[in-house]
Amino acid sequence: MTDDFLFFTELLGMPVLDLKGRRIGRVKDAALVPLVHSSRIDRFLVTGGLTWLTIRYDQIRSISLDKGISLSDEILTPYHDDEYMLRIGRDLLDQQIIDVTGRKVVRVNDVTLEIQTDGARDSLTVLEVDVGLRSVLRRLLQGALPPRWIRSLQSRIPPNSIRWEFANVIEPDPLRRLRLNISYEKLEGMHPADLADIVEELSPAEREAIFETIDSEVAADTLSEVEDPKMQARILEALEPEKAADIVEEMAPDEAADILSELEEETSEEILEEMDSEPKTEVRELLEFEDDTAGGLMNTEYISLHENASVNDALAALKGNEDLLDGLNTLFLIDEEERLIAAVPLARLFLAAGDAKLRSLAVDTLIQASVDQGQDRIALLFDKYNLLTLPVVDEDGKLAGAITADDIISLLRQK
Amino acid sequence: MRKLLSRFRYHILIFFAVIGPGFITAVVDNDSGGIYTYSAAGAKYGYLPLWTLLPITFVLIIAQEMCSRMGAVTGKGLSDLIREEFGLRITFIMMVLLVLVNLTNVMAEFAGVASSLELFHVSRYISVPLAAIAVWFLVVKGNYRSVEKIFLFSCVLYVTYIISGFLVKPDWKEAALYSVKPVLLLDSGYIYMLIGMVGTTIAPWMQFYLQSAVVEKGVTAKEYAASRIEVVVGCIMTNVIAFFIIVACAGAIYSIRPRDIQDAGEAALALKPFGQYAFLLFSAGLFNASIFAACILPLSTAYSVCEGLGFEAGVNKSLREAPIFYFLYTALIVLGAGVVLIPHFPLVRMILLSQVLNGVLLPLVLIFMVFLINKVDLMGEWVNSRWFNLATWATVIVMIGLTLAQVGIAVRGTP
Repeated sequence: MTDDFLFFTELLGMPVLDLKGRRIGRVKDAALVPLVHSSRIDRFLVTGGLTWLTIRYDQIRSISLDKGISLSDEILTPYHDDEYMLRIGRDLLDQQIIDVTGRKVVRVNDVTLEIQTDGARDSLTVLEVDVGLRSVLRRLLQGALPPRWIRSLQSRIPPNSIRWEFANVIEPDPLRRLRLNISYEKLEGMHPADLADIVEELSPAEREAIFETIDSEVAADTLSEVEDPKMQARILEALEPEKAADIVEEMAPDEAADILSELEEETSEEILEEMDSEPKTEVRELLEFEDDTAGGLMNTEYISLHENASVNDALAALKGNEDLLDGLNTLFLIDEEERLIAAVPLARLFLAAGDAKLRSLAVDTLIQASVDQGQDRIALLFDKYNLLTLPVVDEDGKLAGAITADDIISLLRQK
Repeated sequence: MRKLLSRFRYHILIFFAVIGPGFITAVVDNDSGGIYTYSAAGAKYGYLPLWTLLPITFVLIIAQEMCSRMGAVTGKGLSDLIREEFGLRITFIMMVLLVLVNLTNVMAEFAGVASSLELFHVSRYISVPLAAIAVWFLVVKGNYRSVEKIFLFSCVLYVTYIISGFLVKPDWKEAALYSVKPVLLLDSGYIYMLIGMVGTTIAPWMQFYLQSAVVEKGVTAKEYAASRIEVVVGCIMTNVIAFFIIVACAGAIYSIRPRDIQDAGEAALALKPFGQYAFLLFSAGLFNASIFAACILPLSTAYSVCEGLGFEAGVNKSLREAPIFYFLYTALIVLGAGVVLIPHFPLVRMILLSQVLNGVLLPLVLIFMVFLINKVDLMGEWVNSRWFNLATWATVIVMIGLTLAQVGIAVRGTP
């Protein structure tokens, strides 16, 4: 009977036969060398007398569940720990990995290997990582019952596996990450909210490893999706100040200020030192406000125009601030002294002529808050007037920032 | 000066941020079984057993400290670590034992709910189903943070035992004297009682719960100093409460006529002559302790098992995402509460059985803990020091010896 797959638990303990069919030992582990090939089993580790021996994949003639492994070359080298090996038994089995398509953290119960034949020899490639009940059963019974029995027993349970391409190994040690060619690029394609959920389930060292290596922009989006403000602070604290600063720069200033205010003063100073001057001043200003006031909630990223500006001026201003467009729904009009005069809902621009004055498009009653207003009062205003954006002004009536509905939603969620 | 103040505030904040796991775990140790053991000791032997509370506190601190340290440093639960370091099969065996032990413990807790409310003339056919439903909803529909607040409030309610201890007006001079003066009687009943007192101190589930709770709380190695204080204070508090339970029963029962009591409800009744309040507070305390432990045990079991075996877990997951977690959690509550309602169910024998299983599992858990905490690649600079290891091994050996003695007696029947 020939199969085209083999489970790693079946490979463990499988006899290895030399050219004359004599048994020289049993398989103890198998390893990938990811820098050479991402999925082919490159080395087999086998007991041989007192030490372990290493078999290269091209020294094998055939592999089968019933007959074991037959060699085509008997010159084997003793095993010495090779830093470039990802050992399935030691480094993968029982450890946690990230399931990129299923967007969760899972624990590896077993690994499904594919037997590939090119006429002259058989080789194994990692096909899937097995999780779930079926692989638990297989692991528990292996060695107690013949493998064929286990295969037929488990066939009743639906499989639960992750394709190897979509499995991301987690390795906290940066040097080893390099040697094993582990990257977190696959994670960058995920939605930041999903990635944040995953990160929350990992241990601090693993969390840090991910934030250290992924792109700063993705890291910033992910960090702001992490729910617990304390955990956000922990993550930032653990990173090198330069990397932390890169991430903070990518965040909205109000969120950045919120996280930095959770840190010990020395640490947040260190991070601020490393930041570019423009985002730094914005964040610094926001840090001055108490957390639970309008000043602490507001964002300093908004678009304001002179009160006499026209729709065309507004369109030009939008073109110059493309990075703000995602969350923008209101423009503000100010006078010469930067005092807030009116608010213009963005959607009204579409129906207006290019030379129309923005002033004529403004909402009738201007709702605004002062920087020291309490957060409960602010939430009330949002509810009462069905606001999406609320401008915040300082003591002199100058526009200081804006609070958006998403800030209020997080505020209410935290209660 | 301002900097100093800010640092001080930061450290106070850290302390309050880590509070929870240590207190809760230590206090839940005084569950219905613990209260019965202490009441029985006080009723039969008066103030004599008080001296054991000092060494018990010490042993409790040693075990709890290791778990919270492992949680803070690795950011992983105990069953996660056992799985990663010792493989699936060992983890599976431990988890099967853990489920069985904890199931019998849950039964004991619901029995405690029944007997405490029967003191207030509430039939168990009403109280137990209502309690089970309340427990299920509290955890499934609440979030961890609010549930933890309820738990902490529950810890405060243990003060009822201190007050009822005072109301009984025991002989404080004797109590103080015997707290520090070891008395050994060559009486098999006395020795059995001592073993019972120590035996109920460390339960396997506590280690799993504490470590997971520390991880959930997000305590890091940096804040661990604050967490350690919490653990120590929690353990001391627990034994202060035990002291007052023993003293109350010594004053109310032993000084009138020493006798064996059959359950904690009987102890409460004996307090009646000392005023309605002494009785009320003692029974209310018993109800609080039972329902508190009934909340934590099923939850902690379901978490540990799912973590260790790699199934999705967590009350923030939906039923579809984490079916095994919800199945286990619900089954433990339904079975645990259900058997209390079966007439003539051999509940006492089940509780004895739980002590036996506890005795089989505890040595395993403790030994794994010592091995794990000495692994440099896990713990780094946080491994045990030589002296701590000595103290730990001594504790482990004493605990194993006592637990085995307790198992032996339980199997052969009470002398």
